[in-house]
Amino acid sequence: MKNAEFFIDYSRCIGCQACVQACAECDTHRGVSMIHLETVARRESVQTAPQICMHCEEPICAQVCPADAIKKTPDGVVQSSLKPRCIGCSNCVMSCPFGVPKYQIDIDQMMKCDMCYDRSSVGKKPMCATVCPSGALTYTTMQDIQRTRRGIPINEWKFGGEVVRTKVYVMVPPEVQRVDIDVVQIAGTAAALPRDPYDVALMLENA
Amino acid sequence: MAKPSTDIPDLVKQFGPTLHRVPPGGWTDTREDDKLVKTHCCFCGQQCGIQLRVQNNKVVGFEPWEDFPFNRGMLCPKGIKRYMQDEHPDRLKSPLARVEGKGFEPIEWDAALDRVVAEIKRIQGAYGKDSFAVLTGASLVNEKAYLMGKFARVALQTANIDYNGRLCMVSSATASKKVFGIDRSGNPWSDIVEADVILVAGANISETSPITTDYIWRARDRGAKLIVIDPRMTPIARSADLYIPVKPGGDIGVFNGMLHVMIERGWINREFIEQHTTGFEEVARSVEKYTPEYASKIAGVPSAMIIRAAELFGPAKSSFVLHAKGIEHHSKGVENCIAVMSLVLASGRLGREGCGYAMITGQGNGQGAREQGGKCDQLPGNRDISNPEHRKYIAGVWGVPEESLPQKGLSAIPLVEAIHAGKIKGLISICFNPVVSLPDANFTREAFGKLEFYANIDFFLSETSRHADIVLAGSLMEEDEGTTTNTEGRVIRHRKVVAPPEGAREDWKIICEIARRLGHGDKFNYSGPQEIFDELRVASKGGVSDYFGITWDKIEKNNGICWPCPTLDHPGTPRLYEGGRFGHPDGKAHFIPVDWRPSAEMPDGEYPIILTTGRVVAHFLSGTQTRRIGALVDQVPEAFCELHPVLAEKLGIADDDYVKVESRRGSVVVHAKIVRTIRPDTVFVPYHWPLDRSANNMTIRALDPQSMIPEYKICAVRVCKTEAPHDAIAALEVQAGGIR
Repeated sequence: MKNAEFFIDYSRCIGCQACVQACAECDTHRGVSMIHLETVARRESVQTAPQICMHCEEPICAQVCPADAIKKTPDGVVQSSLKPRCIGCSNCVMSCPFGVPKYQIDIDQMMKCDMCYDRSSVGKKPMCATVCPSGALTYTTMQDIQRTRRGIPINEWKFGGEVVRTKVYVMVPPEVQRVDIDVVQIAGTAAALPRDPYDVALMLENA
Repeated sequence: MAKPSTDIPDLVKQFGPTLHRVPPGGWTDTREDDKLVKTHCCFCGQQCGIQLRVQNNKVVGFEPWEDFPFNRGMLCPKGIKRYMQDEHPDRLKSPLARVEGKGFEPIEWDAALDRVVAEIKRIQGAYGKDSFAVLTGASLVNEKAYLMGKFARVALQTANIDYNGRLCMVSSATASKKVFGIDRSGNPWSDIVEADVILVAGANISETSPITTDYIWRARDRGAKLIVIDPRMTPIARSADLYIPVKPGGDIGVFNGMLHVMIERGWINREFIEQHTTGFEEVARSVEKYTPEYASKIAGVPSAMIIRAAELFGPAKSSFVLHAKGIEHHSKGVENCIAVMSLVLASGRLGREGCGYAMITGQGNGQGAREQGGKCDQLPGNRDISNPEHRKYIAGVWGVPEESLPQKGLSAIPLVEAIHAGKIKGLISICFNPVVSLPDANFTREAFGKLEFYANIDFFLSETSRHADIVLAGSLMEEDEGTTTNTEGRVIRHRKVVAPPEGAREDWKIICEIARRLGHGDKFNYSGPQEIFDELRVASKGGVSDYFGITWDKIEKNNGICWPCPTLDHPGTPRLYEGGRFGHPDGKAHFIPVDWRPSAEMPDGEYPIILTTGRVVAHFLSGTQTRRIGALVDQVPEAFCELHPVLAEKLGIADDDYVKVESRRGSVVVHAKIVRTIRPDTVFVPYHWPLDRSANNMTIRALDPQSMIPEYKICAVRVCKTEAPHDAIAALEVQAGGIR
């Protein structure tokens, strides 16, 4: 597939872990899964969220690497650390705003999602985006996603004061232009919080 | 005496379930010249296309099959890791004979088959033909399902054959026959995408048929609205336009209430009803009393939800209704299905592009297995075993006198009850793990202890196999050729990917050999599964599920063919009921009034909570296969009890506490999982685990009188906090029934 991009649509995720299981079948790191599937708060909701490497345009992980072990390919894919260079310092682990890289203690090296470079560099889809049964993870052209989805793809994030642009897109409602993430103080007591939309007991109050 | 021949921990040590984690040759050993074989998943009724990776006659991995149109490469975790059941250390590679006090020991095939045949002859000689029964399964390919039906009726001449589809599809099948005249989903899945409203009733789509999620979202991206009816907010329900947390057993309240509102506001298709249906006026009268207020009391949800559902569904231009076990596993399962079918009929929206109806098949060949004769009341082609014309035709195909064909036998649960009562003395089973999957598991285990002789064909020693006298080492789906019929009624090809390991045999060869030794070799003389399929085509010819025009070659060229397909030049029938033509002799669909009635066991002071059971995404049915795959057990290691914080607080239970869930029939001790996504009057325990972790210890042996499906979805329990158990079963690995 030419000019394909990666799109994440969190609203579609069903938490089935097909991505996790398939990631561990990818040839470059077979037996180890690189994708993270977060269960947001199971007590409150069944919401889950897959997290692949977002492949930042200016990857912070690479910028903070003292051994220059993290490289970006000309087509914008940020690779796992280079084995001969990685010193296992975990700077990348701590700096990534998306929490993607993980230090693998058994091999003393940082490994992360490389968008199945062995597959995507030869025109195939990454494993996770091939098997995902809900379309939460999709690898297709921008034209196709704009034609078939109601949400819009964006790839700009703001963490506090820092703007980050990523190769990977996320699907958001049409009015959103950027994902702004800030630390906020939730004021007041529990009663002041909005009603929980996923509490079945609250739905049945008028039954 | 067919009690387990030694202690459970001994058997587990010998035969597992143990976890298989690494493919043969290790993780890094995929090669350029690995063979990729296009076939299908062995698990659910979606029958996703998948390629298995083969090296030296060993399955070593998988590769998505993106060109197969139904799932386009998409898979669930079970499909991805399914290949780990190949080269599994637990795999049976020889027949086994029970040895009292020791378990099992390997024996020669000849000796094993001689023993089976001698016992069949002895038991049938002493107690009559019907005293030897057959239990079969809906995960078998069509060829094997057909063969099992013929084996029971021709080689054993027993009336008592039934199958585990009895726990799965029979309510929707019965209702569909009564209302539409044909037992099959009405539409291909591609019609879901074109619908403006999708109603999902009692179907945990994201966990039990995950790839259907994508079809629903493709419709939603066109602007379709989604209504989900379920006592639990499942992943597909979370983002629905309308989620109705129905009380277990209250579905008819929602359906009849919706129809009431639709009639009142004129959202029904009078022209369609007049031209293509009968019985509407009676149904209209029967829902008169189902005002939103009355319906809401039955459904246990606010009336506004029922009105809103009618507002979304009623005036839509196109719609698709999907339902599954959530409404079917009830002592009124058929009536639940009929009530939702009335909504479809009244709207007139079926038999067209984007307008239709489907029941989601649970098992891989849930659709096909019941058509080919594994069901106690049916002969191949969906024929009726009590219809003289149908009997005559099949007797002709089989070359036996019509009077030699047995009449209708017992369905699965009455069959096990007859074993318990000492009326059935011998049993041969395949593809069925009843001690885990049947309701009231303590009763089932007791029944199996009463058999004089039990022969079991399986590839792993399942919890039920432990009761056997002789175990015959059979084959996995990928070790034999065949076809299945998926949830759309599409007949597809399963490929022989590898040969069975030395010492195990293809199932059809085992059955044919037993038949030969019983003196019926001339009727079971096949060169292979394709010849069985060709006989099946003839046997189904002229029946409702007509496969005559379907050949293996044609299936491959077209990525599957939907029945009915009566002639070789017929393209198959993806969409039924086009032009309002239905399967009944009058060509019309039949409205049938249904009124709500209580479930068999409602909660009371002593057992005040509703238990509902079901599945999780990482496991399949009784877990015989998936509880042996490390990655899937890691994903969901043990059973659990989901309960709402309101209920948990009342009971003094905290998250992850050990809790005892107890009904009048039995109990489990599992961990509590406190979630706001379930009704506070209901708890949920998934059923994939055995022994003291088996949800079916609690479930009730109450059956739908029409479909004979058990009421898995509702029984009364009490729940309390308890101590960590320390007995020998609790100490087992979690996949074997232990607890951590």
